[in-house]
Amino acid sequence: MIHPIPSGTRDVLPDETREVRAITDALRGVFERHGYGEVYTPALEYESVLERADMAEARPAYRVFDESGNVLALRSDMTVPIARVVATRYASSDPPLRFCYFAHCYRGVPPQRGQPRELLQAGIELIGSPAPQGTVEALTVLCHALDATGLKDYRIGVGDASLFPALMASLDVPQDARAALLEALVRRDFVGLGQALADSGITGEAAELLVDVPQRRGGPEILADTPAPAEDAVTGLRGVHELLEPEVAARVIFDLGLVRNIGYYTGAIFDVYDPALGAPIGGGGRYDDLLGRFGRRLPAVGFALGVDRLHIALAGEERGTGALLARSDPGAEREGA
Amino acid sequence: MNSPTNGLTIAVPRGALFSGTVDLLAGLGLNTDELRSNDRKLLFADIGVITMRPSDVPTYVEAGAADIGITGKDVLLEQGAEAPGARGRAVYELLDLGYGRCTMVLASKAGPDPAVEALRRLGVMRVATKYPRIAARHLEETGRQAEIVEVKGSVELAPLTGIVEAIVDLTATGTTLRENNLVVREEILVCTARLVANPVAHKLKAAEIDDVVARLRAAGA
Repeated sequence: MIHPIPSGTRDVLPDETREVRAITDALRGVFERHGYGEVYTPALEYESVLERADMAEARPAYRVFDESGNVLALRSDMTVPIARVVATRYASSDPPLRFCYFAHCYRGVPPQRGQPRELLQAGIELIGSPAPQGTVEALTVLCHALDATGLKDYRIGVGDASLFPALMASLDVPQDARAALLEALVRRDFVGLGQALADSGITGEAAELLVDVPQRRGGPEILADTPAPAEDAVTGLRGVHELLEPEVAARVIFDLGLVRNIGYYTGAIFDVYDPALGAPIGGGGRYDDLLGRFGRRLPAVGFALGVDRLHIALAGEERGTGALLARSDPGAEREGA
Repeated sequence: MNSPTNGLTIAVPRGALFSGTVDLLAGLGLNTDELRSNDRKLLFADIGVITMRPSDVPTYVEAGAADIGITGKDVLLEQGAEAPGARGRAVYELLDLGYGRCTMVLASKAGPDPAVEALRRLGVMRVATKYPRIAARHLEETGRQAEIVEVKGSVELAPLTGIVEAIVDLTATGTTLRENNLVVREEILVCTARLVANPVAHKLKAAEIDDVVARLRAAGA
C-alpha cells in the first residue's frame, strides 16, 4: 500500500540520515567551539508573536486554530523565535548572547515545483554585538562551519540591505516610486528596473546609478570608487572587510545589489554560494531592529544554512559535477549527454 | 576569457527566437555553423550551447545547467510570480534583446464581440489560452470574471468551436488570427527576447557575464 505524504515533505531514511548527521555534527562542533549554545523552540507559535517580525515573503504559511480559538502558526525561520526567547527568557542578561539551532522550518511553496515545505535549517544568532564586529564574527563562524563540513569551493556574497534604499533617498527618487524599484531589484529584473525608472520619469545620472550600482559585485576593489549616495553602506562593508581574517576575506564577494525580501534585515546581508548548486545554500545578515519589536533593543546578526542544499552541494563537489561545475570538463559532459 | 562567450554555458531557445539568437551569438564571435546546420542535436559542448524549447530556458537556467539563457518575456511572465511578492522562477533578467517582438492580445470572433455579450448576460467570459497566468492576471486587473481554458495547441480553434468567447495569445503579424476570422480586441503587452542569468553564476562568474552583457549592449541589443 502506498500512503502519500504532503507534497514538499519527505521521509529521511538511514543512509541519508547518516550523511546529514555527519554534516550537522560538523556544524554543531564549530558552533559550540565559538560559544554558541544550542536551543530548541516550539515548531508552533502564536501567529500574533511571529507577525511582529514583518517577514514579508517568508512569513508563516501554515496556521491552525487551537482548542481555545487562538491562531497558531508553524514557524518559517528560527530568527524570529529566538528573538522572542531573548526578549522573554533573557530579558536582563548581559549581551552578547550566542545561540545556535538545528530545526525544521515551514514555508509556503509555489505549486508543482517540488520545493520543500519543511526544511532543516542550521544556524546561529549573535545578539547584542553591533556592526562591524558582530558581522565579522558571524562571517567567520560561517566559514569555519562550512570548512568543517568539507565544502571546498563556496563563496559568500556580502551586501547591505540599506544600500539601495539609501541610494534612492539621496537621489531624491519620489517616495511613491521606491517600492516598484526595490521590487524589481529583489527579483533582479534589471530590464524591469530600467522600465520602472523610465515610468517614474527618473533619467540621466540618477537613473544610471540606480541601475549600475546594484550590478557591482566582486572583490574589495568594488568598494573603492563608490558614488557618494551609497557611501554610508559601503563604508560599513569596508569596515567589515578590514576586520576579516584572510581565509574568510578570500571567500567574500562584495555585492552592492544584494537585497532581501525579508523585512527585518537592516545592514549587512549575506548569501552562501557554491558552484555545485544553482541556488544559494543559505544566508543571513544583520537585523538590528528586530529584537526591539519584541521589547529588548539589541543589535543582532545571524545566518541559516539549508542543510539539504548543503548536502546536495557536498555530494556535487564530491562527484565533480553539479549545477555550474558540470561544464568545466566538456568530455565529462558528453558522457553525461 | 578565452572563448567568445567567456566559457559560459548558454541556453538557446529553438523555435521563433532561434535564428535571432544564433545571429546574436555569431555577433559575439561564436562559431555557430553546427548550431545552424544540425537541428536534432541538443548539446553543443564545444561552444557551450544547449538548445531547448523557449519555455524550458528558465528551468535550465534556474537549476544552473546554463549560466545564461535567452527566452521571451511571455515565458518569463507566465512562469513568474503569481502574485506580487510571491516567488517565480529564480532567474535574473539582465537585458532586453529587442528581437522576437510580438504582442500578447485578447481576440475574439469578428462582428459583435461575443465576450462582451457573455459578460453582460452570463457575468463570466470563457477564455482559451496557452498562457493561463498572464490571461487570468489581465482579466483580473481589468475587473472581469473569466473562466480560463488552458489548451496546448492552436488556440484559434477554441472560439471557432464555441467552447470559449475569446482567446489570449501571442501574435507577431496577426495573420493566423485573420485567417480564422478573429480580431484583436485588446493589446495586453509587448514581448521581446530577454537575456536571463542564473543567480549563483551571476556572482561566481560576474566578470564573464558582465563582459557578455556589455558587448551585447554595445551591439545594440
